[in-house]
Amino acid sequence: MAAHQITFTINGGQETALVTSHTTLLSLIREQLGLTGTKNGCATGECGACTVLLNGEPVNACMVLAVEVDGAEIVTVEGLAQDGQLDVLQQMFVEHTGTQCGFCTPGVLIMARALLDRNPNPSDDEIKDALRGNLCRCTGYVRIIEAVKAAAKAGG
Amino acid sequence: MPMPAALDRENPSVLVMPGPGLPAFDYVRASKPDEVCDLLLQHGDNARLLMGGTDILVLMRDGVLAPKILIDVKHLPGMTTISFDPAGGLRLGAAVSMNTMTAHPAVKQHYPLLAEAAQAVASYQLRTRATMGGNLCNASPAADTAPAALVLNARCVTWGPDGERIIPVGAFFRGPKQNVLMPGEFLAFIDVPIPPPGWVGRYIKLGRNAGGDLAIVGVAVLGYPDANAASGCRFRIALASVAPTPIRVPEAEAILANMPITGETLERAAPAAQAAARPIDDLRGSARYRKAMTRNLTRRALDDVWAGLRKEG
Ligand SMILES: Cc1cc2nc3c(=O)[nH]c(=O)nc-3n(C[C@H](O)[C@H](O)[C@H](O)COP(=O)(O)OP(=O)(O)OC[C@H]3O[C@@H](n4cnc5c(N)ncnc54)[C@H](O)[C@@H]3O)c2cc1C
Ligand code: FES
Ligand code: FES
Repeated sequence: MAAHQITFTINGGQETALVTSHTTLLSLIREQLGLTGTKNGCATGECGACTVLLNGEPVNACMVLAVEVDGAEIVTVEGLAQDGQLDVLQQMFVEHTGTQCGFCTPGVLIMARALLDRNPNPSDDEIKDALRGNLCRCTGYVRIIEAVKAAAKAGG
Repeated sequence: MPMPAALDRENPSVLVMPGPGLPAFDYVRASKPDEVCDLLLQHGDNARLLMGGTDILVLMRDGVLAPKILIDVKHLPGMTTISFDPAGGLRLGAAVSMNTMTAHPAVKQHYPLLAEAAQAVASYQLRTRATMGGNLCNASPAADTAPAALVLNARCVTWGPDGERIIPVGAFFRGPKQNVLMPGEFLAFIDVPIPPPGWVGRYIKLGRNAGGDLAIVGVAVLGYPDANAASGCRFRIALASVAPTPIRVPEAEAILANMPITGETLERAAPAAQAAARPIDDLRGSARYRKAMTRNLTRRALDDVWAGLRKEG
């Protein structure tokens, strides 16, 4: 069984890891690097709880092989806050109660971050469409959408 | 090289157990086309190709497939390139992601139907990885980009032990999850010719929800003015999820070419599409429901395209 040495950037820091061919990016992040903010909900690309940024674009980490991220740049929910300051999205999720149990929140935050990065003023429909791959069993989505809108308004 | 401790299932002293994951295999990143052919011929069914992985990795995790090696073909020359030539049309590398395709200026301007179809697939984050090439190769009857590829007369350009082959998308599917690729052969490009002047296209997908569920029925319609048609217009119609493969419906297309386009003609074409559908019952919908929805969505897509054509003309 082949093992691969890979080097990548995660949340701004460089890392080297030894991974098997069948290690997913999700298990690299959670089990090898111990960054458990990113969640494992379905492991089949359905729920979005594992969403991270790969070279600036959101992906389902459960559907990416770790060996494929050699040389890549990854951002997880742990990388959103800068210098102890919450990202404006995180701040607005707190203020608007965009989170209840919190299981979907890391994926939703990453997805919303990617949305605001490419479209700073999304309409309600654009927000809903961007989040259609992120399942939330608690909030009913209304407050999530409010929080994303508030973040956009705050220059997010 | 030693295994990382957290992933060593053979070593019972390891406390951190990985969650249910993929079965073991060897990952190979191919850099030359012939290397892919050789590996495929050498390993037969034990080798599989990897692009976005959004089909193959699910099948492996579910235990349906257990290849010994996965060959990543994304890094072969041209596989992630999009090029457009006003005379020849669009060439999409097989491994171009759906998001890259959708955002490409030439696709937006000249092939909005491709973008519309790709955007019907799953979620944005899945489409960062999922490719139209993988969608076609996977050959699901429900493949959302297949009806658009069919009405655009797209061609699969493959590479194999005997060199290049060009296969019209209409001849690419063999059955549910089966394509016509030969041993050692793989998809390299998708070529999409310039559609007829004045064309209008539409893809309508019915899923169980507005989100990323597989299609219960998918209908693509492409219409264009044609002075040689008795009706002054030609329409191409293709369906997903209602037959063993995505299909064109020539019977309905003939009605629309031969009779003046009126509400009545559109009303007659839709049941012809319904008659061509040979759906199955599954958890997403019954065969009866699919047939009825084939008629309704065909009618709706035809109405949209006809309205677009009248606006243009
Ligand atoms: C949660 C989820 C939702 C989905 N929703 C939809 C949906 O709404 N609509 C839809 O149509 N699909 C859907 N899919 C299926 C899938 O995402 C698409 O079919 C996608 O386009 C596959 O592309 P890929 O690059 O990921 O393929 P891969 O998984 O990399 O490959 C697909 C198949 O083709 C083979 N292959 C790969 N590259 C080549 C090549 N170059 N030549 C020949 N064979 C090759 C692979 O071995 C595999 O069998 C969904 C999947 C998931 C996980
Ligand atoms: S854990 Fe990856 S999408 Fe659900
Ligand atoms: S807050 Fe519980 S799943 Fe979204």
